[in-house]
Parts: sequence; structure tokens; C-alpha cells
Amino acid sequence: MSFQEGQIAGEESLQPDLGSRYEDEARPSRIPIPGWLRIVWQNRKARFGIVLLGVFVFFAIFAPWLAPYDPRDNDYLPFQTPNSDHWLGTTQAGQDIFSQLMWGARTSIVVGILAGALSTIIGLVIGMIAGYVGGVIDEVLSFFINLALVVPTLPLMVVLAAYSPVKGLWTVIIVIGVTGWAWGARVKRSQMITLKERDYITASIFAGDSMPRIVFREIMPNMTSLVVAGYIGAATAAIGAEAGLAFLGVGDPLTISWGTMLQWANNSGALLTGQWAWIVPPGICLALLITALTFINFGVDAISNPHLREE
Amino acid sequence: MVYFIRKIIFFLLTLWAAATLNFIIPRIQGGDPAQAIVQRIIGSNQAVDPRQIEGIRLMLGVPDDPLLTQYWNYLGAILRGEFGISYSYMPYTVTHMVGEALPWTLVLVGVTQLLSFAIGTLIGTWAAWRRNGAFDSIITTASSFFGTLPFFWIAMIFIYLFAFEYKWFPDGGGFSGEVTTGWNWAFIRSAAYHSVLPALCLMIVGPIGWIMGMRNTMVQTLGEDYTRLARAKGLTNRRIAFMYGARNAILPNVTGFAISLGGMVGGTIFIEQIFNYPGMGQLMFDALGNRDYPLMQAIFLFITVGVLTANFLADMLYGVIDPRVRRGGES
Repeated sequence: MSFQEGQIAGEESLQPDLGSRYEDEARPSRIPIPGWLRIVWQNRKARFGIVLLGVFVFFAIFAPWLAPYDPRDNDYLPFQTPNSDHWLGTTQAGQDIFSQLMWGARTSIVVGILAGALSTIIGLVIGMIAGYVGGVIDEVLSFFINLALVVPTLPLMVVLAAYSPVKGLWTVIIVIGVTGWAWGARVKRSQMITLKERDYITASIFAGDSMPRIVFREIMPNMTSLVVAGYIGAATAAIGAEAGLAFLGVGDPLTISWGTMLQWANNSGALLTGQWAWIVPPGICLALLITALTFINFGVDAISNPHLREE
Repeated sequence: MVYFIRKIIFFLLTLWAAATLNFIIPRIQGGDPAQAIVQRIIGSNQAVDPRQIEGIRLMLGVPDDPLLTQYWNYLGAILRGEFGISYSYMPYTVTHMVGEALPWTLVLVGVTQLLSFAIGTLIGTWAAWRRNGAFDSIITTASSFFGTLPFFWIAMIFIYLFAFEYKWFPDGGGFSGEVTTGWNWAFIRSAAYHSVLPALCLMIVGPIGWIMGMRNTMVQTLGEDYTRLARAKGLTNRRIAFMYGARNAILPNVTGFAISLGGMVGGTIFIEQIFNYPGMGQLMFDALGNRDYPLMQAIFLFITVGVLTANFLADMLYGVIDPRVRRGGES
């Protein structure tokens, strides 16, 4: 499922010689952002992904104004099939499905941004410390990274969410964030190990630069594309995880998301009554949003690996 | 030898860490689930079996004991296989309930995982051999799309199509009510028939990781000098593809076993719940709905230990088939 997707996308960026290439690229302009965006945009898949993501973000931001009805309003006749008033029909409680679909984009994108950021930050801190400091600390942190990699994530998330005294979207975001950092940490650790052996780092050490300066000013900029790719991968995984948790009913029951929509559709027998318009759109939207992010990552990978570029 | 010892130590440490995690989770969250549950059981005017309280005490701890004593008792209890009484399936013990569900999940995940590996590796080999051909483009594009579909959504669509619309397969359950459970032919046939649709749902996404991994690694091995030499020697294409390209590309992929198995187990939890399949995922979902914490804890522990063990076996196998890791220590 989508948990794997982010990890696969991240894996592609684990090129051993990635640092030096990026470094060459970055040197002419001190701040690499314009060239960066240009490379991503030049990749056809990434361009498609950016446009698609843009559409979802647009709906997510403007859902309150664009949605024809209030997604929680249950004043309408339940179990309607698509008609001119309700484009995708209505739920068992008489809510408009099309409006719910728009609001669902909001939940997915918010969870992607926040849970992705949380797991990226945890992974970055743990991976960089393990890689830079080395020794016993590296052994201990690597053990935790490997442990978190092999423990099956979904049951862990379910148990964590089930015990949480507060149920809400924040709980879901935190649970996803604290369970999904391991892959990023591993990638960043190995990148750190290759980068810290470089001559220019040795030079900075001899020049008497402080450790924070070396880590944040000398090494971090060379990991930017890796961090960005890792972040997009983590956000992708988080969006899939939120939908899954919501479907299992361990998420926030009051939030409208594509996962809860499918949960209700499944529980109220939308399959038996043949309410296709209730089941198909949330699944397709999830798949499209995840595809968009995966495609953007193809472009991000091209930043660090010139072989993947399309000129 | 160093490799094997390292892996055995890592395995034992992860087992211990998983058990400790299972101990910590209910205790770090605010509130006191154990106390709340005991209160609820006593307050609900039902006959309270003291063993129920005992079960909750064992898994969640009751605050009168110091934490270290609780931890010690907990470790002793799980080593003896005592997980207390499930209070939603009273009077059955948690161990009994898990024992009933475990074989179903083990077979479902085991078979789909192995099939996914075999099918994915074959398709990946073919795609890499005919790189940039029509088959490769179709497979790569299809993989990146199908890989994004949520397991539970695939399951819903499949039930609708193949169980309700065409009635090719049953819409749920593990076996039909007419057969008696046990090692008889009728039961095995019924169980196999019921497992086809859940397995198919897992098999849509399952091979994708292997396909992409195999394709990408084999594209590299096909560019290596030894492959060029094999061509120069005039070996058959078949031999070059399988003995030189694929054989060397399979090894790095085996390291993806843990992640792929974790994904498969996650998928099974959804699939079992939707198909009402009598395995661990369904049991976990029931435990969740009934707030049966002792049962939930035990299921989490069993699933984790199962995945850790499978991963350990894969690591061992990897050490046996690839002499380089044995010599080089941790790769």
C-alpha cells in the first residue's frame, strides 16, 4: 500500500555520489532555489505531479467556498445516487458526498504537511547525530533506527492511537509522525557519513569551525535535495496512513476525510446498494494525490542525479 | 560468523525492545486505562471474574505495584505465554483467541508474500531485460499507479465485482458453515476458496515493490563487465538474463524483505476486516472496538514478533547465499 510508496521514492535518492554532483550544481549561485525549481519543472512527470498537486491544494484551501453544501449537514434524503442536486449522491446520514470529497482533500493535505514534517525532523535529527558523531552513540541510534524499520508500522500506529486519551486530528498527526521517521533517518545517516569524509569538511575542521557551523552550514546545504525528497516521501506515506487509520476507525471520527468516507461507505453497505459514486471517488483521489507526490519526487531526484534529468 | 552473531544479537534485542515497547505504550499515555477498565467492568453490574482483573493487571499494570515489579511480572508472564483473559471473549484466554486466529493470517500473509516475491521478481527481470520496451513502460507506469491504491479500497471494489456482481467467490468469512473445522479435505477446500479473494487483493500491491526493485537493480547488473563478458563468450540470452543479470540482482532485493513484509501485514489487517476473515487483523479490529486492551496488546506483540522472526530468517538466509556479507560484517 501507500506506506511502501514513500519509501521506494526515497530509496531512489540514495545515490552514493549524490553530494558532489549537487555541490557542483550549487556552487555558481549561492542560493540554489531557482535552478532547483527549474530542474524539477523540466522533468515531465514532476510537472504533471505539480499541476495535479496544485489542483488538490486549490480544492483543499477553498473547500468552504467551493463545496455546494456543508459536508456535515444531514438534511437531505439519504442513500441518493448521483443527481443534479447531489453530484455524487448522499450518505447514509443524508450528507452530500461531493462536498465531503472536497473537504477530505483538506484533511489529507494538512496531515501530509504536518505529519510529514514531524517525521522528517525526527529522522533528520537522529540520522545526522548518528552519522556525524559515530561511535557508541551511532551504534545505539542505529539500533533504534533498525528497530523502527522492522516493527510493522500499522499495528503500532493502531495501538498508539487506541491508547491516546485525546482523539483528534492532532493525535493522528503525532502518531504518524513518531512511527514514520526511520527510513529518513537511515538515508540521512548514510549521507552524513559520506559527506563528513570530504576534504572541504576536513578543511573546515582544521580552520577551527565549530561543530554546529560544520553541520548546519557546510553539510546541511548539501543534503537539501535529500531532505526535500525525504519530506515528500514522508508526506506521501502520512496521507496513506491517515486514510488507513480513519478507515479502521481509530482516527478522529469527527474529521471528514477520504478514509472516514470509505469507512462509512463500507459500514452502511454502499457496496450492496451499488453506490459507486460513494466508493470510487475517495479511492481515486487518494491514489491521484499520492501519485502526484511520487511524480514530484522523480523531479527532485533529478536535482541530485543529473542522469535522471530531461533537457 | 560475525555476521550471524550480529544478526542473532540484533534479533534478541529487537524482541526484547518490542516486548518493552508493548509494556510502555499503555503506561506513557495520560490517564490510566487499567484503572478505567477495572472500574467499567465492576460498574457494569456484570459478574466479574477475578481472572479478568488479573489479565488486565498483567498487561496494563495496576498502579499499586512499583513499575519495576510490574515490568518484571510482565516479562515473566509473556515468557510463560500468559496474556490473561480476554474480556470481550470471556471465558477464553487471550492466548486461546490468538491461537485460533494466528494460522489464518500466517497462511494468508505467508503465501501472498512468497508469491509476491516470485511474481514481482519475474516481472522485474523481464522488464529489465526488455528495458524501455513496451512491456517495461506498461509495467513501470502501471506499478506507480496501482502502488498508490489503498488496500482497503481495492478490497471493497473486489468484493463488489467478484462477490456481489459475478458471485465467483464468497463475500467474506474464512470457510463455509457446512464444513467441520480440522484437517479434512472439505474444510481445506472451503478455506482455500474463501481465501482467494483476500489473497488477490494483497497481490495487486504486493509484487510492486519487488518489480521496481528487481528492475532497477537488474538494469545495473546488465551493464556490468561480467555481463558483457558473458555476451562476448556467446552465451544464450536466457543464460545471461537469469544466471548473470537476475541472479546477481536478486540479492540486494532480499534486504527489502522487512519493509515489504510490514506493508503486507498492514494490508492484511484491512483485508481481514473487510472480508470478515478470521485472522489476527480481524481480531485486532474487534479488540479495538470492544476496548479489549489485553487482547490488543497480545495481538500487537504477536504480529511484531512474527515480523521480526520472519525478518531474522531472511537475514540468515541472506548470509548463507551471499558470502560477501558474511565476510564484510554488516553491509
